[in-house]
Amino acid sequence: MTWITRAKNTWCPGCGNFAIEHALKDVLTDLAEEGRRAEDFVLVSGIGCHAKIADYLAVNSFYAIHGRTLPVAAGIKLANPGLTVIACAGDGDAYAEGLDHLVFAAKRNQDITVIIHDNRVYGLTTGQYTPTSYEGFRGRSTPGGIRERPINPVALMLASGATFVARTYTRKRDHLREVLTAAVLHRGFSFVDVLQVCATYNNLTEYYDDRVYLLEGHDTADLTGAMGKAREWDYSTDAPIALGIFYEEEAPANPWTAMGGIGKDERERTIRTILKEKT
Amino acid sequence: MEEISILIGGRAGEGINIAGTVITRILSACGLRAYMYYDYPSLIKGGHNFSVIRAAEEEVRCHREKVDFLLAMDQETVRRHAGRLREGGEVIRDAGVVKGDGIGVDLDTIVTEERAPPITRNSAIIGAFCKACGIPWTTVEEVFARAVPKEQEANLRVARRGYDVSREVLRLPATGRKPLPTITGNDAVALGLLDAGMEGYVAYPMTPSSSILHTLAGLADRFGISVVHPENEIAVMLTALGAAYAGRRVAVGTSGGGFCLMTEGFSLAGMAEIPVLVVLAQRPGPSTGVPTYSAQGDLLFALSAGQGEFPRIVAAPGTPEEAWYWAGALMDLAWHFQTPAILLTDKNLGEGIFSFGETEKRPALESSLWDGTGEYGRYGAGTGGVSPIAFPGIAGAMVKVNSYAHDEAGITTEDGAIVARMAEKLQEKGTTAARVLEGYPCVTTAGDPGAETALLCWGSTAGVCTEVAESLGLRVVRPVVLSPFPEAQVKAALAGAGRIVAVEENVTGQLARLVSAHGIKADVVVGKYDGRPFALEELERRLQGVTA
Ligand code: SF4
Repeated sequence: MTWITRAKNTWCPGCGNFAIEHALKDVLTDLAEEGRRAEDFVLVSGIGCHAKIADYLAVNSFYAIHGRTLPVAAGIKLANPGLTVIACAGDGDAYAEGLDHLVFAAKRNQDITVIIHDNRVYGLTTGQYTPTSYEGFRGRSTPGGIRERPINPVALMLASGATFVARTYTRKRDHLREVLTAAVLHRGFSFVDVLQVCATYNNLTEYYDDRVYLLEGHDTADLTGAMGKAREWDYSTDAPIALGIFYEEEAPANPWTAMGGIGKDERERTIRTILKEKT
Repeated sequence: MEEISILIGGRAGEGINIAGTVITRILSACGLRAYMYYDYPSLIKGGHNFSVIRAAEEEVRCHREKVDFLLAMDQETVRRHAGRLREGGEVIRDAGVVKGDGIGVDLDTIVTEERAPPITRNSAIIGAFCKACGIPWTTVEEVFARAVPKEQEANLRVARRGYDVSREVLRLPATGRKPLPTITGNDAVALGLLDAGMEGYVAYPMTPSSSILHTLAGLADRFGISVVHPENEIAVMLTALGAAYAGRRVAVGTSGGGFCLMTEGFSLAGMAEIPVLVVLAQRPGPSTGVPTYSAQGDLLFALSAGQGEFPRIVAAPGTPEEAWYWAGALMDLAWHFQTPAILLTDKNLGEGIFSFGETEKRPALESSLWDGTGEYGRYGAGTGGVSPIAFPGIAGAMVKVNSYAHDEAGITTEDGAIVARMAEKLQEKGTTAARVLEGYPCVTTAGDPGAETALLCWGSTAGVCTEVAESLGLRVVRPVVLSPFPEAQVKAALAGAGRIVAVEENVTGQLARLVSAHGIKADVVVGKYDGRPFALEELERRLQGVTA
């Protein structure tokens, strides 16, 4: 299985999306080798450069709209809990337009994985600031530089009750793949913020390369410790940037009763009973 | 026809709705056909609530201005409504708080002496009313047993005290007919959806659609379905689309403001060819409007919601039986044509209570499932613009849906020829849907089919228009399906009409505007936009002015 469609790839050369696509392809390959059916994978994407991944990966997909990946993913999982549902979203998608959905997805702990392609800029709309752009960022809609501070999505997700919270980086290929695998395997809501290089509008390669380090000896069951690590770097000011799993917890997943129904005959019988109760 | 009308009023929180419901059920249990209109402000406690119940030997779907009984739980009820009492009518009042004539029942004393909780007070009034129209005590007891599960013993004791202090004023007509169930229009929608095999319902609370959510949530276990209430209406719509993509029959419910938020996903459903049924229960006004009242102001919104062009099936039922029928039919049609549909209701239909008769059987309409051969393309060729459908998880199918313009496989494209071809495919589905709908009861008629003057109406004014047409010798033409518009059927029903009077609960005559696009001109619009339904006498008066 190639996992790649015939669609022509239109990402810029050097774009971090390639790394995510390949890492995800590897994760799917591994899971398929371990026995998951290819037909049971579903990829949901939003709108933006990241979202084209739905065109490129040869799996079931729902190429949705800006900010709405998570409610779509929630509906798919609710309809068929046997599916492995992965949502790819951009930082504008998840942290601006779809912030409410993200917080509720974490609160709900439904068994879906969300991968944020966090390039901290709007690429497809040609370079405007996003919720995670650093203070002072000059975008096409904010030529004077933004005078607001970024959202820290890792801290936000920890505060929202996500049961798997991680961060990785597109230029750490092995780490990216490991974290994505762990996220998909986690039972419950998994959140992965991927620091993604945008070659054209926000190339932070050097900045990240100088600061990232892998979390080691960190207790992923310790929420307070995780929050401390999450606050080390605030997505704006200069600080070491931790990569890895910040927090992981086993908790009841899939809070909603799965969709379904009773047979036609029983249904009609029940309806007749209800009408009788209403005479 | 022999009939009876009752108005019961009191403060919000006094259980006026429940009392009205119980009276409606008692009248129905006597073999009458009953209808209840419930009027309440958007307040939890205080304010003035009232129910108007009308029952007759034959089907009733509207209320009268004049009533035979005024049941007053407070002085305000008498102050506001005494003028509605017909000559020879009777007031039944809480003697402790309401001054005046009529049958007095001292509710507080009864409740105290019976050591019953205060919420049972209205049972005494109901008891007094039942005696006043000669209803046998056994009937009262039977209905209480089914209708009032809480504090049943106490309620019955209190009701009996009311019954005993009252006196017979009139005798209901004895029809000898089998009692019918009494349900709200929203119950009819909920049951119609279940009957059509709905597997999940997703909604965010919004009056006047919320009771569908409550009813279905209460029935979820009995039907094995999922009923969820996510973070907002945007999530409602998108969750429904995710579930439909994964192969489930789902519906969502809301009112205008919620539907505003859903239009983004509604348009997505059109482009991605994902079925979804939206129950849109109208209330008056732009924005928050008048939340607990009724209107027909969202027709043009429903017909044009969402950017771009795509087929949608919109039906506005006028009775609970139609609400049941079309809830199911629209679900069948949406799933067959893989496109969104709207069941357009309103507060008067949704929260009104009706004796519920027989429903028609829907034509069989299966989904066009993929046969499993060859390479699957979600938007591949099919008949009438309808692609064979497959769902994620089905062996051998890669199911790609897309909000962008896409090719047969569901992959994004901006190729002009493909974009145009796919746009035509959507239009072709609309045309096919219109043809299939010819086999459905898309237009209903009533009154005198040869009458010179035709009332053109839609939705919940069906009942009042029908009765008025019968008394004034008019004809009624009522399109139930509004998109794709059943032009030929409407024109046929209007053939020979010299004068067309549109009756609508809006300011601008939205149906009149819709038909004008099809070459039909309404001569006059009789509009009502105060949130209250037309009373029978009121519409008669309004029409006498314009049909003379
Ligand atoms: S604009 Fe940035 S994110 Fe978009 S494809 Fe180009 S490099 Fe990638």
